[in-house]
Amino acid sequence: MNIWDEKNECMSREEIEQLQLERLQAVMNRVHKNVIHYKKIFDNLNIIAEDISSLSDLSKIPFTTKSDLLLNYPYGMFAVPLREVVRIHSSSGTTGKPIVVGYTKNDIKTWSNLVARLMTAAGVTRDDLVQIAFGYGIFTGGFGMHYGAEAIGASVIPMGTGNTEKQLMIMQDYKTTVLVSTPGYALALAQRLEKMGINPNALSLKAGLFGGEPWSEKVREEIESRLMLSATDNYGLSEVIGPGVAGECSCKNGLHIYEDAFIPEIIDPETGKVLPAGHAGELVLTTLTKEAFPMIRYRTGDITCLDYTKCACGRTLARMKKIMRRSDDMLIIRGVNIFPAQIEEIIYSVAQGETPYQIVVERKSGIDAVEIIVEITDKIFALELQKQRSFQENVKKRISAQAGINVDVKLVEAKSILRQNGKITRVIDKRQI
Amino acid sequence: MLKIKNVNTYYGQVHALKNVSLHMSAGEIVTLIGANGAGKTTLLNSLSGIAPPRGGEILFQDIPITNLAPHKIVKMGISQVPEGRQIFKPLSVEDNLELGAYLYHRAKAEKERTKKTADMIYELFPILKERRKQLAGTLSGGELQMLSIGRALMARPRLLLLDEPSMGLAPIVAQEIFQVIENLSRESETTILLVEQNARAALKMAHRGYVLETGRLILEGMAADLLENKEVQRAYLGKDKKEIWER
Repeated sequence: MNIWDEKNECMSREEIEQLQLERLQAVMNRVHKNVIHYKKIFDNLNIIAEDISSLSDLSKIPFTTKSDLLLNYPYGMFAVPLREVVRIHSSSGTTGKPIVVGYTKNDIKTWSNLVARLMTAAGVTRDDLVQIAFGYGIFTGGFGMHYGAEAIGASVIPMGTGNTEKQLMIMQDYKTTVLVSTPGYALALAQRLEKMGINPNALSLKAGLFGGEPWSEKVREEIESRLMLSATDNYGLSEVIGPGVAGECSCKNGLHIYEDAFIPEIIDPETGKVLPAGHAGELVLTTLTKEAFPMIRYRTGDITCLDYTKCACGRTLARMKKIMRRSDDMLIIRGVNIFPAQIEEIIYSVAQGETPYQIVVERKSGIDAVEIIVEITDKIFALELQKQRSFQENVKKRISAQAGINVDVKLVEAKSILRQNGKITRVIDKRQI
Repeated sequence: MLKIKNVNTYYGQVHALKNVSLHMSAGEIVTLIGANGAGKTTLLNSLSGIAPPRGGEILFQDIPITNLAPHKIVKMGISQVPEGRQIFKPLSVEDNLELGAYLYHRAKAEKERTKKTADMIYELFPILKERRKQLAGTLSGGELQMLSIGRALMARPRLLLLDEPSMGLAPIVAQEIFQVIENLSRESETTILLVEQNARAALKMAHRGYVLETGRLILEGMAADLLENKEVQRAYLGKDKKEIWER
């Protein structure tokens, strides 16, 4: 079978739990010693690392949330001096400031091997040509997948995002065998392929690794039949490591979580109570092997459930269901995480005050499109056309700069956005995933 | 093969090991690194029953040995090579070795096996064979260390606990000892838990390592990764790096 790290992916439950306990106790000692945020919290609650004598004791420790990360912006959550950090990445915060995450040299190695696991599980070998159509910038997607493919020894084509026609040209000419992208972008590629009259059978694609946004079995079928490849899901988030937290094997029946590196828990997002295996709830992750940026009980906001039964592939690792929704209002637009509050902040700041607005998300031929509808109020916009245009441009530019996505901005007459009980629904998500 | 969970060991009021959990698979070399007083020797002593833990659980081949007497633990297959060799100097090399087989001395049937084990040890350390009739007190530091390891092996352990085998030895002699330990692990598949001042040499030899700090484990990892870990480098590998926090 295709297993990258048999020693760590096929342990007995007893072995996994012993290793997790050892590493959990060690990471608790490290964060208590090295991370001011955790030291404060543990000292306030009178928690000492010795309180953890079993994995279930983890539930005594408070959660880490996105707002904790924002409060400690930029480096407050780091467990090593900055000079030992060799890489910095970011992900979206709920407001203007992003989340900053760091990696030591060892962390990059750990990360590469974790991604190599999910790539191997998806069928990638060193004979493959892997075209990576994820962004290579400050987000973790591009680099993470890149390292994994390199660790396996595959030939990596670091395409980055966009430029669909060139992507297809390279896919044809270089004979790409593995596509790495968001599922949405895979559909867009398929669409363009059809438009250009290229038969997908003429391509060399055999596998596709899709992540970064939720996608359904229906989308999987569609991608598989239109691109003639085997599509697998993988999961990760920058705050925890980036891609490499979990990945599907060829059974396509849940994503194996790399439990030697992460402890998953499922909680009730309302009460914070830990739910038994099989119950759907919010995924909470604790990192066990990270040096620079350890996370204790990080609330991912993703809703899933866990399955500890053995998988036919031979891996003994727990599996999580494909993520289908969030416990908060975060939107995932073309693989980029966006919080409505972020957008609101920008609109209000450009408008210099509160203004009625609405965010509309649609999927147009596979690609997510965001339109921001802003009402013209007399106060600000009973002005000449030029100023309205510059307002539109400003909002666009600032969202693109701060949130990292392109949006359309539409101005409409006052009171023309539909209100329910006098309130505007801030976000309308028309996508069917 | 070995599984330790939440071990707490005290010397009087001093809490020397705080919730230590550790495991070893058969055939592994695992090293414990840490500063003086971190609890490395205490952990070995807790395993061998010399400093029995007040809390926690030690399983050796799935059998609890947490509060067994030292000689029973030896019988189960755990031998310790103590810090500072602890050789009986007025006795001959041969007699020192034979003491290692003390557990078997009554059983007639064991005589033959004990002799075989001794031959194996003489093969491993030819110098001991040369000096078998000599008094142990006349041996050099390196030879004493070999004798100490040899004596522990006489009990035919499955798990060998080695405490500071290179202490006080000239670098070239220390290297020889390390070589012996590596061969031992490779050839006889003895599982080895190694405590060593020379963290670099220990990590180069070991498969995995644990870092102890004031009685707590703060790191577990593949030995190669620990060698790359900056905290380990700073504290134990003599890389003189000042800690600078830039915020």
